[in-house]
Amino acid sequence: MMAFYFSRLVEIYPFFLKGLWMTSKIAFISLATCTLLGFFLGIFRSGKNPILRFVIGVYVAFVRGTPFVVQIFIIFFILPEWGIQLEAFPAALLAMAIMGSAFICEIVAGGINAIPKGQWEAAASSGLSLIQQLRLVIVPQAMKVILPPLVGQYVLLIKDTSVVSVIGVMELTRVGWVTVVRIPEGLMVFSLVGILYFSISYPLIILSNYLERKMAL
Amino acid sequence: MLTDFNFRIIMEYLPLFLTGLRSTFFISIVSLLLALLTGIIACSCRISGIKFIKYPAIAYIEVIRSTPLLVQIYFLYFGLPTLGLRIPEIQTGILALMLNSGAYIAEIIRAGINSVDEGQLEAAVSSGLNYFQRMRFIILPQALGVTVPPLLGQAIVLVKDSALLSLISVMELTRCGQTMTSERFMPSEAFFTVAFFYMCIYFVLKSLADWSQKKLIFREAY
Repeated sequence: MMAFYFSRLVEIYPFFLKGLWMTSKIAFISLATCTLLGFFLGIFRSGKNPILRFVIGVYVAFVRGTPFVVQIFIIFFILPEWGIQLEAFPAALLAMAIMGSAFICEIVAGGINAIPKGQWEAAASSGLSLIQQLRLVIVPQAMKVILPPLVGQYVLLIKDTSVVSVIGVMELTRVGWVTVVRIPEGLMVFSLVGILYFSISYPLIILSNYLERKMAL
Repeated sequence: MLTDFNFRIIMEYLPLFLTGLRSTFFISIVSLLLALLTGIIACSCRISGIKFIKYPAIAYIEVIRSTPLLVQIYFLYFGLPTLGLRIPEIQTGILALMLNSGAYIAEIIRAGINSVDEGQLEAAVSSGLNYFQRMRFIILPQALGVTVPPLLGQAIVLVKDSALLSLISVMELTRCGQTMTSERFMPSEAFFTVAFFYMCIYFVLKSLADWSQKKLIFREAY
Protein backbone atom coordinates (compact mmCIF):
# COMPACT_ATOMS: atom_id res chain seq x y z
CA MET A 1 0.00 0.00 0.00
CA MET A 2 2.82 2.31 0.89
CA ALA A 3 4.49 1.83 -2.50
CA PHE A 4 1.19 2.56 -4.19
CA TYR A 5 0.78 5.83 -2.31
CA PHE A 6 4.38 6.69 -3.00
CA SER A 7 3.85 6.34 -6.74
CA ARG A 8 0.71 8.46 -6.44
CA LEU A 9 2.74 11.09 -4.64
CA VAL A 10 5.38 11.03 -7.37
CA GLU A 11 2.66 11.48 -9.96
CA ILE A 12 1.40 14.69 -8.44
CA TYR A 13 4.79 16.30 -7.89
CA PRO A 14 3.95 19.36 -10.07
CA PHE A 15 1.35 20.23 -7.44
CA PHE A 16 4.10 20.42 -4.82
CA LEU A 17 6.33 22.47 -7.10
CA LYS A 18 3.47 24.93 -7.48
CA GLY A 19 3.19 25.13 -3.71
CA LEU A 20 6.93 25.64 -3.41
CA TRP A 21 6.74 28.41 -5.99
CA MET A 22 3.91 30.09 -4.08
CA THR A 23 5.81 29.83 -0.79
CA SER A 24 8.91 31.31 -2.41
CA LYS A 25 6.83 34.11 -3.92
CA ILE A 26 5.24 35.01 -0.57
CA ALA A 27 8.57 34.69 1.20
CA PHE A 28 10.45 36.83 -1.32
CA ILE A 29 7.88 39.63 -1.53
CA SER A 30 7.33 39.78 2.20
CA LEU A 31 11.05 39.63 3.06
CA ALA A 32 11.64 42.58 0.75
CA THR A 33 8.77 44.66 2.16
CA CYS A 34 9.57 43.68 5.74
CA THR A 35 13.20 44.71 5.35
CA LEU A 36 12.31 48.09 3.84
CA LEU A 37 9.55 48.83 6.34
CA GLY A 38 11.59 47.42 9.22
CA PHE A 39 14.59 49.64 8.51
CA PHE A 40 12.35 52.66 8.08
CA LEU A 41 10.53 52.03 11.38
CA GLY A 42 13.70 50.98 13.17
CA ILE A 43 15.44 54.26 12.36
CA PHE A 44 12.51 56.20 13.82
CA ARG A 45 12.31 53.85 16.79
CA SER A 46 15.90 54.63 17.71
CA GLY A 47 15.40 58.34 16.90
CA LYS A 48 14.67 61.28 19.12
CA ASN A 49 10.96 61.93 18.51
CA PRO A 50 9.24 60.50 21.63
CA ILE A 51 5.75 60.35 20.10
CA LEU A 52 6.91 58.37 17.07
CA ARG A 53 8.97 56.13 19.32
CA PHE A 54 5.97 55.45 21.52
CA VAL A 55 3.61 54.75 18.61
CA ILE A 56 6.06 52.35 16.99
CA GLY A 57 6.62 50.76 20.41
CA VAL A 58 2.90 50.06 20.81
CA TYR A 59 2.76 48.59 17.31
CA VAL A 60 5.75 46.36 18.01
CA ALA A 61 4.31 45.23 21.35
CA PHE A 62 0.99 44.33 19.73
CA VAL A 63 2.66 42.32 16.99
CA ARG A 64 5.12 40.58 19.30
CA GLY A 65 2.52 39.91 21.97
CA THR A 66 -0.03 38.10 19.82
CA PRO A 67 0.29 34.91 17.79
CA PHE A 68 0.63 35.26 14.03
CA VAL A 69 -2.51 33.15 13.43
CA VAL A 70 -4.57 35.61 15.45
CA GLN A 71 -3.11 38.49 13.44
CA ILE A 72 -4.03 36.76 10.20
CA PHE A 73 -7.57 36.15 11.44
CA ILE A 74 -7.86 39.80 12.45
CA ILE A 75 -6.75 40.96 9.00
CA PHE A 76 -8.78 38.43 7.07
CA PHE A 77 -12.03 38.58 9.04
CA ILE A 78 -12.09 42.08 10.47
CA LEU A 79 -10.94 44.26 7.59
CA PRO A 80 -14.06 43.31 5.58
CA GLU A 81 -16.18 44.62 8.47
CA TRP A 82 -14.49 47.95 7.97
CA GLY A 83 -15.16 47.84 4.25
CA ILE A 84 -11.78 46.59 3.06
CA GLN A 85 -12.20 43.34 1.14
CA LEU A 86 -8.95 41.49 0.51
CA GLU A 87 -8.26 38.29 -1.38
CA ALA A 88 -6.32 35.62 0.46
CA PHE A 89 -2.99 36.32 -1.27
CA PRO A 90 -2.81 40.10 -0.61
CA ALA A 91 -4.16 39.52 2.91
CA ALA A 92 -1.31 37.05 3.49
CA LEU A 93 1.26 39.52 2.19
CA LEU A 94 -0.19 42.28 4.37
CA ALA A 95 -0.11 40.08 7.46
CA MET A 96 3.47 39.04 6.75
CA ALA A 97 4.54 42.65 6.17
CA ILE A 98 2.97 43.84 9.42
CA MET A 99 4.42 40.98 11.46
CA GLY A 100 7.88 40.89 9.94
CA SER A 101 8.49 44.63 9.92
CA ALA A 102 7.83 44.80 13.67
CA PHE A 103 10.49 42.17 14.39
CA ILE A 104 13.01 43.67 11.96
CA CYS A 105 12.31 47.14 13.37
CA GLU A 106 13.48 45.98 16.80
CA ILE A 107 16.63 44.39 15.35
CA VAL A 108 17.50 47.57 13.43
CA ALA A 109 16.77 49.83 16.40
CA GLY A 110 18.97 47.62 18.59
CA GLY A 111 21.78 47.82 16.05
CA ILE A 112 21.59 51.60 15.73
CA ASN A 113 21.43 52.07 19.51
CA ALA A 114 24.61 50.01 19.83
CA ILE A 115 26.58 52.69 17.94
CA PRO A 116 28.38 55.00 20.38
CA LYS A 117 27.20 58.60 20.60
CA GLY A 118 30.60 59.88 19.51
CA GLN A 119 29.98 58.55 16.01
CA TRP A 120 26.85 60.68 15.66
CA GLU A 121 28.66 63.72 17.00
CA ALA A 122 31.65 63.19 14.72
CA ALA A 123 29.38 62.75 11.71
CA ALA A 124 27.40 65.85 12.59
CA SER A 125 30.49 67.97 13.08
CA SER A 126 31.81 66.81 9.68
CA GLY A 127 28.85 68.72 8.29
CA LEU A 128 26.82 65.71 7.16
CA SER A 129 23.03 66.05 7.05
CA LEU A 130 20.94 63.70 9.16
CA ILE A 131 20.27 61.38 6.23
CA GLN A 132 23.94 61.38 5.27
CA GLN A 133 24.90 60.64 8.88
CA LEU A 134 22.64 57.61 8.84
CA ARG A 135 23.55 56.42 5.37
CA LEU A 136 27.30 56.97 5.45
CA VAL A 137 28.27 56.57 9.10
CA ILE A 138 25.71 54.96 11.37
CA VAL A 139 23.95 52.27 9.34
CA PRO A 140 27.12 50.77 7.79
CA GLN A 141 28.52 50.25 11.29
CA ALA A 142 25.21 49.08 12.70
CA MET A 143 24.97 46.44 9.93
CA LYS A 144 27.60 44.46 11.78
CA VAL A 145 25.22 44.06 14.72
CA ILE A 146 22.08 43.85 12.59
CA LEU A 147 23.07 41.28 9.98
CA PRO A 148 23.29 38.00 11.95
CA PRO A 149 19.92 38.34 13.74
CA LEU A 150 18.39 39.72 10.53
CA VAL A 151 19.22 36.56 8.60
CA GLY A 152 17.93 34.52 11.54
CA GLN A 153 14.71 36.51 11.38
CA TYR A 154 14.47 35.76 7.64
CA VAL A 155 14.48 32.05 8.46
CA LEU A 156 11.68 32.58 10.99
CA LEU A 157 9.69 34.62 8.46
CA ILE A 158 10.05 31.96 5.77
CA LYS A 159 8.80 29.37 8.23
CA ASP A 160 5.93 31.64 9.27
CA THR A 161 4.67 31.72 5.67
CA SER A 162 3.31 28.25 6.44
CA VAL A 163 0.73 29.83 8.73
CA VAL A 164 -0.94 31.76 5.89
CA SER A 165 -2.24 28.39 4.69
CA VAL A 166 -5.08 28.87 7.21
CA ILE A 167 -6.77 31.47 5.01
CA GLY A 168 -6.51 29.20 1.99
CA VAL A 169 -3.41 30.43 0.18
CA MET A 170 -2.21 27.47 -1.88
CA GLU A 171 1.35 27.35 -0.60
CA LEU A 172 3.44 24.40 0.45
CA THR A 173 1.71 23.57 3.75
CA ARG A 174 -1.74 23.95 2.20
CA VAL A 175 -0.70 21.66 -0.65
CA GLY A 176 0.34 19.05 1.91
CA TRP A 177 -2.94 19.49 3.75
CA VAL A 178 -4.98 19.04 0.58
CA THR A 179 -2.87 16.07 -0.53
CA VAL A 180 -3.12 14.20 2.75
CA VAL A 181 -6.89 13.95 2.25
CA ARG A 182 -6.34 12.03 -1.00
CA ILE A 183 -3.20 10.16 -0.03
CA PRO A 184 -3.68 9.17 3.62
CA GLU A 185 0.03 8.78 4.39
CA GLY A 186 0.65 11.71 6.74
CA LEU A 187 4.28 10.81 7.43
CA MET A 188 5.13 10.60 3.73
CA VAL A 189 3.28 13.71 2.60
CA PHE A 190 4.50 15.98 5.37
CA SER A 191 8.05 14.59 5.17
CA LEU A 192 8.05 15.79 1.58
CA VAL A 193 6.68 19.17 2.63
CA GLY A 194 9.28 19.34 5.39
CA ILE A 195 12.13 18.48 3.02
CA LEU A 196 11.06 21.26 0.68
CA TYR A 197 11.01 23.80 3.53
CA PHE A 198 14.34 22.48 4.74
CA SER A 199 15.85 23.08 1.30
CA ILE A 200 14.90 26.76 1.52
CA SER A 201 15.67 27.57 5.12
CA TYR A 202 18.70 25.42 5.96
CA PRO A 203 21.09 27.37 3.67
CA LEU A 204 19.92 30.55 5.38
CA ILE A 205 20.55 29.05 8.83
CA ILE A 206 24.09 28.16 7.77
CA LEU A 207 24.53 31.70 6.44
CA SER A 208 23.25 33.11 9.72
CA ASN A 209 25.68 30.98 11.76
CA TYR A 210 28.53 31.99 9.46
CA LEU A 211 27.69 35.69 9.78
CA GLU A 212 27.45 35.39 13.55
CA ARG A 213 30.93 33.87 13.73
CA LYS A 214 32.37 36.37 11.27
CA MET A 215 30.84 39.44 12.90
CA ALA A 216 31.88 38.33 16.37
CA LEU A 217 35.56 38.67 15.46
CA MET B 1 -14.97 51.42 12.80
CA LEU B 2 -15.23 50.14 16.35
CA THR B 3 -18.33 52.16 17.24
CA ASP B 4 -20.46 49.04 17.34
CA PHE B 5 -17.97 47.01 19.35
CA ASN B 6 -20.20 44.81 21.45
CA PHE B 7 -18.92 44.25 24.99
CA ARG B 8 -22.08 42.38 26.05
CA ILE B 9 -21.33 39.53 23.73
CA ILE B 10 -17.79 39.32 25.11
CA MET B 11 -19.19 39.08 28.64
CA GLU B 12 -21.55 36.38 27.46
CA TYR B 13 -18.67 34.40 26.02
CA LEU B 14 -16.27 35.14 28.87
CA PRO B 15 -16.60 31.69 30.48
CA LEU B 16 -15.61 30.12 27.15
CA PHE B 17 -12.61 32.40 26.85
CA LEU B 18 -11.55 31.62 30.39
CA THR B 19 -11.63 27.88 29.73
CA GLY B 20 -9.60 28.58 26.60
CA LEU B 21 -7.13 30.63 28.60
CA ARG B 22 -6.81 27.87 31.15
CA SER B 23 -6.22 25.35 28.42
CA THR B 24 -3.56 27.58 26.82
CA PHE B 25 -1.86 27.88 30.22
CA PHE B 26 -1.98 24.15 30.76
CA ILE B 27 -0.62 23.34 27.29
CA SER B 28 2.13 25.95 27.54
CA ILE B 29 3.33 24.95 30.99
CA VAL B 30 3.31 21.22 30.32
CA SER B 31 5.07 21.59 26.97
CA LEU B 32 7.58 24.06 28.40
CA LEU B 33 8.57 21.64 31.16
CA LEU B 34 8.80 18.73 28.72
CA ALA B 35 10.72 20.92 26.27
CA LEU B 36 13.21 21.87 29.00
CA LEU B 37 13.81 18.20 29.62
CA THR B 38 14.15 17.48 25.89
CA GLY B 39 16.43 20.46 25.47
CA ILE B 40 18.71 19.41 28.31
CA ILE B 41 18.97 15.88 26.93
CA ALA B 42 19.52 17.03 23.34
CA CYS B 43 22.12 19.55 24.43
CA SER B 44 24.04 17.05 26.54
CA CYS B 45 24.03 14.63 23.62
CA ARG B 46 25.23 17.34 21.28
CA ILE B 47 28.16 18.45 23.40
CA SER B 48 29.03 14.96 24.59
CA GLY B 49 31.55 14.27 21.82
CA ILE B 50 30.31 10.70 21.45
CA LYS B 51 29.55 10.31 17.75
CA PHE B 52 26.71 7.83 18.28
CA ILE B 53 24.54 10.31 20.12
CA LYS B 54 26.05 13.56 18.91
CA TYR B 55 25.00 13.31 15.26
CA PRO B 56 21.39 12.25 15.92
CA ALA B 57 21.09 15.22 18.30
CA ILE B 58 22.47 17.60 15.67
CA ALA B 59 20.12 16.16 13.05
CA TYR B 60 17.15 16.57 15.40
CA ILE B 61 18.00 20.17 16.24
CA GLU B 62 18.68 21.23 12.66
CA VAL B 63 15.63 19.51 11.19
CA ILE B 64 13.33 21.10 13.78
CA ARG B 65 14.87 24.51 13.35
CA SER B 66 14.55 24.54 9.58
CA THR B 67 10.97 23.34 9.17
CA PRO B 68 7.85 25.26 10.21
CA LEU B 69 6.06 24.28 13.41
CA LEU B 70 2.78 23.95 11.51
CA VAL B 71 4.31 21.29 9.26
CA GLN B 72 5.60 19.46 12.35
CA ILE B 73 2.14 19.59 13.92
CA TYR B 74 0.50 18.24 10.75
CA PHE B 75 3.26 15.63 10.44
CA LEU B 76 2.35 14.24 13.85
CA TYR B 77 -1.39 14.83 13.50
CA PHE B 78 -1.73 13.05 10.18
CA GLY B 79 1.31 10.82 10.59
CA LEU B 80 0.80 9.15 13.96
CA PRO B 81 -2.51 7.49 13.00
CA THR B 82 -0.85 5.86 9.98
CA LEU B 83 1.57 4.29 12.43
CA GLY B 84 -1.39 2.97 14.35
CA LEU B 85 -1.03 5.47 17.20
CA ARG B 86 -4.31 7.17 17.94
CA ILE B 87 -3.80 9.78 20.63
CA PRO B 88 -5.99 12.78 21.44
CA GLU B 89 -5.29 16.05 19.59
CA ILE B 90 -4.16 17.80 22.73
CA GLN B 91 -1.43 15.23 23.33
CA THR B 92 -0.33 15.43 19.71
CA GLY B 93 -0.15 19.20 20.14
CA ILE B 94 1.88 19.03 23.33
CA LEU B 95 4.22 16.51 21.71
CA ALA B 96 4.76 18.83 18.74
CA LEU B 97 5.39 21.86 20.94
CA MET B 98 7.73 19.86 23.13
CA LEU B 99 9.83 18.62 20.20
CA ASN B 100 9.86 22.07 18.61
CA SER B 101 10.81 24.09 21.67
CA GLY B 102 13.18 21.38 22.85
CA ALA B 103 15.44 21.97 19.86
CA TYR B 104 15.55 25.71 20.47
CA ILE B 105 16.15 25.25 24.19
CA ALA B 106 19.03 22.87 23.43
CA GLU B 107 20.66 25.64 21.41
CA ILE B 108 20.02 28.21 24.15
CA ILE B 109 21.69 26.00 26.77
CA ARG B 110 24.60 25.27 24.45
CA ALA B 111 25.09 29.00 23.86
CA GLY B 112 25.08 29.50 27.64
CA ILE B 113 27.73 26.83 28.14
CA ASN B 114 29.84 28.25 25.32
CA SER B 115 29.61 31.71 26.89
CA VAL B 116 31.64 30.57 29.90
CA ASP B 117 35.18 31.87 29.56
CA GLU B 118 37.77 29.36 28.37
CA GLY B 119 40.08 30.29 31.25
CA GLN B 120 37.49 28.97 33.69
CA LEU B 121 37.66 25.56 32.07
CA GLU B 122 41.45 25.56 32.07
CA ALA B 123 41.52 26.60 35.71
CA ALA B 124 39.09 23.80 36.56
CA VAL B 125 41.18 21.25 34.65
CA SER B 126 44.35 22.28 36.39
CA SER B 127 42.60 22.09 39.77
CA GLY B 128 42.23 18.41 39.03
CA LEU B 129 38.45 18.34 38.69
CA ASN B 130 37.02 15.62 36.47
CA TYR B 131 34.44 16.21 33.71
CA PHE B 132 31.37 15.98 35.94
CA GLN B 133 32.88 18.08 38.70
CA ARG B 134 33.88 20.69 36.13
CA MET B 135 30.35 20.81 34.78
CA ARG B 136 28.71 20.72 38.19
CA PHE B 137 30.85 23.25 40.05
CA ILE B 138 32.38 25.53 37.41
CA ILE B 139 30.57 25.58 34.06
CA LEU B 140 26.87 25.10 34.81
CA PRO B 141 26.54 27.58 37.69
CA GLN B 142 27.92 30.28 35.41
CA ALA B 143 26.11 29.12 32.28
CA LEU B 144 22.63 28.77 33.73
CA GLY B 145 22.25 32.44 34.68
CA VAL B 146 22.93 33.48 31.11
CA THR B 147 20.25 31.16 29.76
CA VAL B 148 17.39 32.55 31.86
CA PRO B 149 16.45 35.57 29.69
CA PRO B 150 16.49 33.65 26.39
CA LEU B 151 14.58 30.78 28.04
CA LEU B 152 11.86 33.24 29.04
CA GLY B 153 11.93 34.53 25.46
CA GLN B 154 11.39 30.95 24.30
CA ALA B 155 8.48 30.68 26.76
CA ILE B 156 6.87 33.69 25.05
CA VAL B 157 7.35 32.05 21.65
CA LEU B 158 5.91 28.81 23.00
CA VAL B 159 2.73 30.47 24.29
CA LYS B 160 2.25 32.13 20.91
CA ASP B 161 3.01 28.90 19.08
CA SER B 162 0.35 27.09 21.08
CA ALA B 163 -2.18 29.13 19.07
CA LEU B 164 -1.37 26.91 16.09
CA LEU B 165 -2.91 23.96 17.94
CA SER B 166 -6.29 25.55 17.19
CA LEU B 167 -5.77 24.25 13.64
CA ILE B 168 -5.90 20.64 14.83
CA SER B 169 -9.01 21.55 16.84
CA VAL B 170 -7.47 21.68 20.30
CA MET B 171 -9.85 23.78 22.39
CA GLU B 172 -7.48 26.59 23.43
CA LEU B 173 -7.73 30.38 23.37
CA THR B 174 -7.57 30.93 19.61
CA ARG B 175 -9.99 28.09 19.00
CA CYS B 176 -12.47 29.83 21.33
CA GLY B 177 -12.24 32.92 19.12
CA GLN B 178 -12.95 30.77 16.09
CA THR B 179 -15.88 29.12 17.85
CA MET B 180 -17.38 32.47 18.77
CA THR B 181 -16.87 33.74 15.22
CA SER B 182 -18.65 30.78 13.73
CA GLU B 183 -21.55 30.95 16.20
CA ARG B 184 -22.22 34.68 16.20
CA PHE B 185 -20.14 35.98 13.33
CA MET B 186 -18.55 38.72 15.38
CA PRO B 187 -14.89 38.38 14.45
CA SER B 188 -13.69 41.72 15.86
CA GLU B 189 -15.06 41.02 19.32
CA ALA B 190 -13.77 37.46 19.22
CA PHE B 191 -10.24 38.00 17.97
CA PHE B 192 -9.53 41.26 19.78
CA THR B 193 -10.48 39.54 23.03
CA VAL B 194 -8.19 36.64 22.17
CA ALA B 195 -5.41 39.08 21.28
CA PHE B 196 -5.97 40.90 24.59
CA PHE B 197 -5.45 37.71 26.61
CA TYR B 198 -2.29 36.83 24.70
CA MET B 199 -1.00 40.36 25.26
CA CYS B 200 -1.51 39.95 29.03
CA ILE B 201 0.55 36.75 29.07
CA TYR B 202 3.16 38.41 26.85
CA PHE B 203 3.59 41.42 29.16
CA VAL B 204 4.02 39.28 32.26
CA LEU B 205 6.64 37.08 30.60
CA LYS B 206 8.33 40.03 28.91
CA SER B 207 8.74 41.96 32.14
CA LEU B 208 10.12 38.82 33.78
CA ALA B 209 12.61 38.45 30.92
CA ASP B 210 13.65 42.13 31.12
CA TRP B 211 13.99 41.88 34.89
CA SER B 212 16.18 38.79 34.72
CA GLN B 213 18.28 40.43 32.02
CA LYS B 214 18.82 43.48 34.23
CA LYS B 215 19.72 41.30 37.20
CA LEU B 216 22.25 39.49 35.05
CA ILE B 217 23.96 42.67 33.88
CA PHE B 218 23.99 43.90 37.46
CA ARG B 219 25.63 40.69 38.61
CA GLU B 220 28.25 40.81 35.87
CA ALA B 221 29.17 44.36 36.77
CA TYR B 222 30.41 43.28 40.18
